[in-house]
Amino acid sequence: MTELVFKTAAEIADLIASKEISSQEVTKAFYDRAEALNPQTNSYLYQSRENAMAAAVSADKAQAEGKILSILHGVPIAVKDNLTTTDAPTTSGSKILEGWVPQYDATVVKKLRASGLPILGKTNLDEFAMGSSTEYSAFGPSRNPWDLDRIPGGSGGGSSSAVAGHLAPIAIGSDTGGSIRYPAAVTGSVGAKPTYGAVSRYGLIALASSLDQIGPVSNTVLDSALLQDVISGHDPHDSTSLKDSLGSMTDAVKNADVKGLRVGIVKQLSKDGFQPGVKACFDDTIAKLTAQGVEVVEVDCPSFEYAIAAYYLILPAEASSNLAKFDSVRFGLRVAPEGNPTIERVMAATREAGFGPEVKRRIILGTYALSSGYYDAYYGSAQKVRTLIQQDLEKAFSQVDVLLTPTAPTTAFKIGEKVNDPIAMYLNDVATIPANLAGIPGMSVPNGLAQEDGLPSGVQILAPAMQDAQMYRVGAIIEKLYTDEWGSPLIAKAPKLEVK
Amino acid sequence: MAKEQLLSYEDALDKFEVVIGLEVHVELNTKSKMFCGCANVFGSEPNTNVCPICIALPGSLPAVNRKAVESSIAIGLALDCQIAPTGRFARKNYFYPDLAKNFQTSQYDEPIAFEGKIDIELESGEVHTVLIERAHMEEDAGKLTHVGGATGRIQGAEYSLVDYNRAGVPLVEIVTKPIFGAGDKAPELAAAYVRAIREIVKAMDVSDAKMERGNVRCDANVSLRPKGQEKLGTRTETKNVNSLRSVENAVRYEIQRQGYILANGGTITQETRHWHEDRGHTSSGRPKSDADDYRYFPEPDLVPVQPSKEWIEEIRASLPEMPSLRRRRLQEEWGFAELEFRDVVNSDLLDQVEDTVKAGAAPQAARKWWTGELARIANAENLVVQDLSITPLQVAQIQKLIDAGDLTDRMARDVVAGVLAGEGEPAQVIEKRGLKVVKDDGALIEAIDKALASQPDVLEKIREGKVQAAGAVIGAVMQAMRGQVDAARVRELILERASK
Ligand SMILES: [Zn+2]
Repeated sequence: MTELVFKTAAEIADLIASKEISSQEVTKAFYDRAEALNPQTNSYLYQSRENAMAAAVSADKAQAEGKILSILHGVPIAVKDNLTTTDAPTTSGSKILEGWVPQYDATVVKKLRASGLPILGKTNLDEFAMGSSTEYSAFGPSRNPWDLDRIPGGSGGGSSSAVAGHLAPIAIGSDTGGSIRYPAAVTGSVGAKPTYGAVSRYGLIALASSLDQIGPVSNTVLDSALLQDVISGHDPHDSTSLKDSLGSMTDAVKNADVKGLRVGIVKQLSKDGFQPGVKACFDDTIAKLTAQGVEVVEVDCPSFEYAIAAYYLILPAEASSNLAKFDSVRFGLRVAPEGNPTIERVMAATREAGFGPEVKRRIILGTYALSSGYYDAYYGSAQKVRTLIQQDLEKAFSQVDVLLTPTAPTTAFKIGEKVNDPIAMYLNDVATIPANLAGIPGMSVPNGLAQEDGLPSGVQILAPAMQDAQMYRVGAIIEKLYTDEWGSPLIAKAPKLEVK
Repeated sequence: MAKEQLLSYEDALDKFEVVIGLEVHVELNTKSKMFCGCANVFGSEPNTNVCPICIALPGSLPAVNRKAVESSIAIGLALDCQIAPTGRFARKNYFYPDLAKNFQTSQYDEPIAFEGKIDIELESGEVHTVLIERAHMEEDAGKLTHVGGATGRIQGAEYSLVDYNRAGVPLVEIVTKPIFGAGDKAPELAAAYVRAIREIVKAMDVSDAKMERGNVRCDANVSLRPKGQEKLGTRTETKNVNSLRSVENAVRYEIQRQGYILANGGTITQETRHWHEDRGHTSSGRPKSDADDYRYFPEPDLVPVQPSKEWIEEIRASLPEMPSLRRRRLQEEWGFAELEFRDVVNSDLLDQVEDTVKAGAAPQAARKWWTGELARIANAENLVVQDLSITPLQVAQIQKLIDAGDLTDRMARDVVAGVLAGEGEPAQVIEKRGLKVVKDDGALIEAIDKALASQPDVLEKIREGKVQAAGAVIGAVMQAMRGQVDAARVRELILERASK
């Protein structure tokens, strides 16, 4: 029997349900490993054995009383540190929130607790989820289990490295422009951004409200499906949350078959700008699907060209306003200059000391983009691009069921390589951003190792809004084509982390 | 601060045309706040009606209070506005410690109601139609208390305390179009307009409408332009005008202040000014300029409000009769003289008189009770007559007993005193206090005979035609009967005796 920590969440859930193991055993196994390896990966910003084990005891007790709380009952999980938790500090990767313990649980955290999933800890991220590498975390970068000198993607690099390194079987991420999908691609794991509104954002520390979406991070498509089914659903606390159910993602994965499937390749995202090895993996995926009789057509999405530009206006604009509440008055850091400072000076000093460079850069960008006289040219135009992207996608989805793109332009880069080049950093999200701008679901599934560096690559599946099940279906099809070939998920090829 | 120089009111009006614009904020009396479930009540301990949403803890999200939307629509309909089929919220961004999020959730280019009008009748009977530009929903800010300074203002204060109980209380801001042509009546019109708004929201029971508590607040815009000039003059916005008298005085003051400056070749600074009722002048606040940039953008955390036609019609159908129409109707029905009616209106006793009439009293009798005896008692006890513990029904019951001859006026006043003293319903007071008109003339005739016997010349005088001589006997009889007889009946009986 494979060691517990290398099992998938689905396998663990089955073992718990059949009483072969207890939640306490599995939680302890993951916690021990996470505690031992975290100094190497820096996946977690906060870990609490006490909290995790108490939740595991409760899960086992409920089961003993005949109550299976969910399809993931007893399976431990890691949670990105931009979701509020009453029993753990929530920092969003920022000094300005260091040590802040929220007074309330995020809706997703509440759901996890109610569903019997012990929380192992809070995972690292770029400050306020602004970044693609976790290098902008105020608490140091997380590291990629495939190569500890490389980034695990961002902003959700804590969750991706935790899952890829088996420091947690599954994790919660948040995705504003690719923060779940990009880390999944570069760590050889799976990550899904559901349709905007499928999962409540209540308790998610907002980056850009109209783009943010919480989603699952895992090592298999089925695990993500199980987790999405646990965390999704309407929440009256989030006005933008969907009223209608999107159905069962788990069923979509279990019943996946290629019959009648039509996939589209986006002309603008299949040619230039990709590392050759990544491009080769993508072409291989398409070839495999074609061999299965899947119809593949090229679709034209001309407005994708403006997606990054629009994104880097809308996101900073919303973020500049969302981050205004960090003013030292009610919570978090307070820095008071010498003497008898006015509140303005205290606010300014706190924000100067508490925010990192990328956050400041985006606040300045956003403030500028919203300024009177510039609004129409920047924010207004960006919103128009958003509409155009939606129209391009609508047209594309009238021809095909899903769209496929490489998730990321390159495999994981080295820590420090792009940290001083924001534009290069922004380009990592070129393929993932359109889904956020349009509100559609997108997921990344591993599709091999790039020949030049042996690092993981991912394929992105985009589906029409509300058709998350379609996305999971195709994710499961692609995953199976590869596991049939490899005999195991890609993650099994990752180097084993050793406790030093 | 030195008082500015003023032009005489007459001179100012001689030289300039006055243009005013009014922004009235109405605090709604919904049970909960605009975007969270906290109680919307006045006077609680500081920071007891707060939650993660209204103190803007990271991760929290707003959810619109449906009742507040309903009240806003009702106000829009009462002001003859059109109701927007879709209305968006917007963020008004500025840093201030009483504003937890450092942006106010308001409405910008899509107000819920727009293009309305209201007729305002002045003391002289002259009617002005005030055009309403818009009525939009927004949230109130918290309350700052500046401690340690001499003035209680922020300048010179040692520190400031924030109470967020009011933060997020729903407001409707009603904005007029520029009001032209009121001439020397502009100050009166401004106050009458605010009074009318206050009456309407009170009649609809959407606000407590207490100006002294800030439930209704007015910002008055005033500008002058030389007579005959098309272009509007530079305006000032006077804030903190929180009583009807202040509205009138502040507008009048600004006319004179601006008049002096313009008449002497000066220019008006576009600025916010503050009204000081105690000192009777406005003082300069913040200059308003292009630098005042609120960076409005659509609130991404809320979906647009889209009231259905059916809902709007339902609200329209449930609107109460508007106060001005009701006044016209009641004055006609009751047949009061102009002064009598105005007395009732100015004492805010329309409801009481109307309910007393409904309960069976004649209008004049009802009016006399409320504006006479009851107002006198309230005044003596330093109360408002509306707060006396007697109901219109009780007043009507007492009046009916007078009309039936069962109580004399004096006895009725005794009954009122008993009811106010908490001795129970009028019938119980009558019973307890033994207040009963003696209807058995036997005892009365005996008393009259006794009195006449002690003043033998009286009958003689009456027979000679000096009817007023009866007065001396009436007094003696009333005394003997301890007031429990009707003086008119006593007089009747005496004259009867004399005619024998
Ligand atoms: Zn609240």
